Amino acid sequence: MYKIVKKRQLNENVVLMEIEAPFVAKKALAGQFIILRVDEYGERIPLTVADYDHEKGTVTIIFQIVGATTKLLSTLNEGDCLKDFAGPLGKATELDGVKKACVIGGGVGCAIAYPSAKALFNNGAQVDVIAGFRNKDIVILEEEFRAVSHNLYITTDDGSYGEKGFVTDKLKALIEAGNQYDLVLAIGPVPMMKFVSKTTEPYGIKTLVSLNPIMIDGSGMCGGCRVNVGGEIKFACVDGPDFDGHQVNFDELMRRNSAYKEQEAHSRENCRLYRKEAE
Amino acid sequence: MPNMSLKKVPMPEQAADVRNKNFEEVAKGYTAEMAVEEATRCLNCKNKPCVGGCPVNVHIPDFIAKVATGEFEEAYRIITSTNGLPAVCGRVCPQESQCEGKCVRGIKGEPVGIGRLERFCADYHMANSSEKAEKPQSNGKKVAVVGAGPSGLTCAGDLAKKGYEVTVFEAFHTAGGVLVYGIPQFRLPKEIVAKEVKNLEDLGVEIKTNMIIGKTLSVDELFEMGYKAVFIGSGAGLPSFMGIEGEDLIGVYSANEYLTRTNLMKAYRDEYDTPIIKSKTVAVVGGGNVAMDAARCAKRLGAETVYIVYRRGLEEMPARKEEIHHAMEEGVIFRNLNNPVKIIGDENGRVKAMECVEMELGEPDDSGRRRPVVKENSNFTLDVDTVIMAIGTSPNPLIRSTTKGLETNRRGCLVVNEETMQTTREGVYAGGDAVTGAATVILAMGAGKQAAKAIDEYLGDK
Repeated sequence: MYKIVKKRQLNENVVLMEIEAPFVAKKALAGQFIILRVDEYGERIPLTVADYDHEKGTVTIIFQIVGATTKLLSTLNEGDCLKDFAGPLGKATELDGVKKACVIGGGVGCAIAYPSAKALFNNGAQVDVIAGFRNKDIVILEEEFRAVSHNLYITTDDGSYGEKGFVTDKLKALIEAGNQYDLVLAIGPVPMMKFVSKTTEPYGIKTLVSLNPIMIDGSGMCGGCRVNVGGEIKFACVDGPDFDGHQVNFDELMRRNSAYKEQEAHSRENCRLYRKEAE
Repeated sequence: MPNMSLKKVPMPEQAADVRNKNFEEVAKGYTAEMAVEEATRCLNCKNKPCVGGCPVNVHIPDFIAKVATGEFEEAYRIITSTNGLPAVCGRVCPQESQCEGKCVRGIKGEPVGIGRLERFCADYHMANSSEKAEKPQSNGKKVAVVGAGPSGLTCAGDLAKKGYEVTVFEAFHTAGGVLVYGIPQFRLPKEIVAKEVKNLEDLGVEIKTNMIIGKTLSVDELFEMGYKAVFIGSGAGLPSFMGIEGEDLIGVYSANEYLTRTNLMKAYRDEYDTPIIKSKTVAVVGGGNVAMDAARCAKRLGAETVYIVYRRGLEEMPARKEEIHHAMEEGVIFRNLNNPVKIIGDENGRVKAMECVEMELGEPDDSGRRRPVVKENSNFTLDVDTVIMAIGTSPNPLIRSTTKGLETNRRGCLVVNEETMQTTREGVYAGGDAVTGAATVILAMGAGKQAAKAIDEYLGDK
């Protein structure tokens, strides 16, 4: 059992949890993920590591409430335990030798972008962060990002906070202004990662994206997480989750991620939580 | 006077049109009377060819003689002196190509139902004995086993019986490996796997779940933690795909994923959250046991039509005869000498059909089986909404990529000394699918057994 030692609601739909998992914490690095199961009846879901404390033996996860499992997870509180918590899985983001990076987070993707920004900053790299959100109400991790970046740019789709526009607008402006990035790291909704990759492609800037396909075991067995990178089948759990954004077939990923959409909508209505409430 | 009936005592089974709608066990097992009757078919012949056909050398005629006289517990004791997982083997071993394949009674008529009798003894013991395995006196030496599948559990059990302190590290949340994620409930109830695992725990084996060796801990760290030897039984790895157009469509599964959702995550039960696509028409590509399992699961999950699409003939299918027979009885349609060339999607990216070609058999290939050759202009389309690829796997990369000194062959399988199962690194042994590529439960168990013996010899004077 893995104890929740801290829980914080970051916005209406996004929750942070710090979990006691000493073996995972000891090894975790930016870009890796864990697989958790809330209880005996639960799904196995992958969540990218948002932070880790090698000494304290804890791993932080930040998740958006989107389906039955994240809804169920969000009802747990400090002191409660998760049934399973395994990792760290996947390859760590390759940050060695990077001198100037632009780290881009979109919405809850900021949670995953944060440890990479932090690792780059601690490595002595020049770090610009662009954090994009739909509106002011869902801005998360502003203080945290400020502490690990040289420049922090917040954008909102409606202009209610920071600059109005998409992260790609800001990225393009920064590149055009003469910033020479040797790495752009984009983590967020699939369309955002697709358009960031499109933005950097003409400039030939190395662009890494962190993919989030459907996954079960997370350790190289089920093949559910296969993605098309450069025309080849790759498995996000063992070959990724980071891939060259200029090679990823994002449209295929978007399509495959919608496989259970109808069933998920259905399960929200019939989910165990609602059944529990009805009892 | 032996019972000279040419046929085995029939196995009581759920009726085909009933069982293809539920996940309960298909074969119900012999009663005591049936077991005794079948046991008397054994001639107890002197040279015991059956034993030579068994990868773990069960003393077959000896245990059958005890069944014949009604001494079922004694029969169980004889089996378990060499086989740690009898309830599993009795159900899933390919007996026809092993023990029963060598049985003298099989020359004229059916061989003795050795698998059925083994299962009977194991089930009898589970139902009637409250005896708990006792932890032997410890010799103080620690051994780590990677993977709680058939090879790992066998290796762990054999070492524990010799007094070693064994810890099994399992990546999943449940022990059992392919016995829990791959082989379906209706062929091997998970409660039985859990009992076999419990037996090992009673022997003192410690099982740590959610531990992915190669990630959570490395093999080197296991040695640093005081383990004197490591056995790697990490199993088969990533599923293979055909590389044809349309394999990215929604509704195309690897058999590993389909079976894991169904068996490990119990997608067939309402109270479990893991989803699975509700299919109407399913094509399973492949001809092995995994293909049969996937097809029979699809039927039980409610598919109206399920095809097996296999590029060779029925004779060449690698699946156990019984699985093929059961799948046919349950209404699975066999499309042999057919091979997919393309999967076709609808406007939402979901599978709607699969284009295939007809094949014919040519000259024998390297495997000795006749090579399938495409018949020209034989293309046709099957209307399906789900395609399950059951065409094999390639070994998991996590351990070999994080452990120095482990040689692999060109397919990525760990290289071992075939006698001792030692890898190219001292103190590290391996067995099962991680070494052979996808094979059977019993071969993996045999490898686990060999490794346990070699580890004992290696650590004996340390």
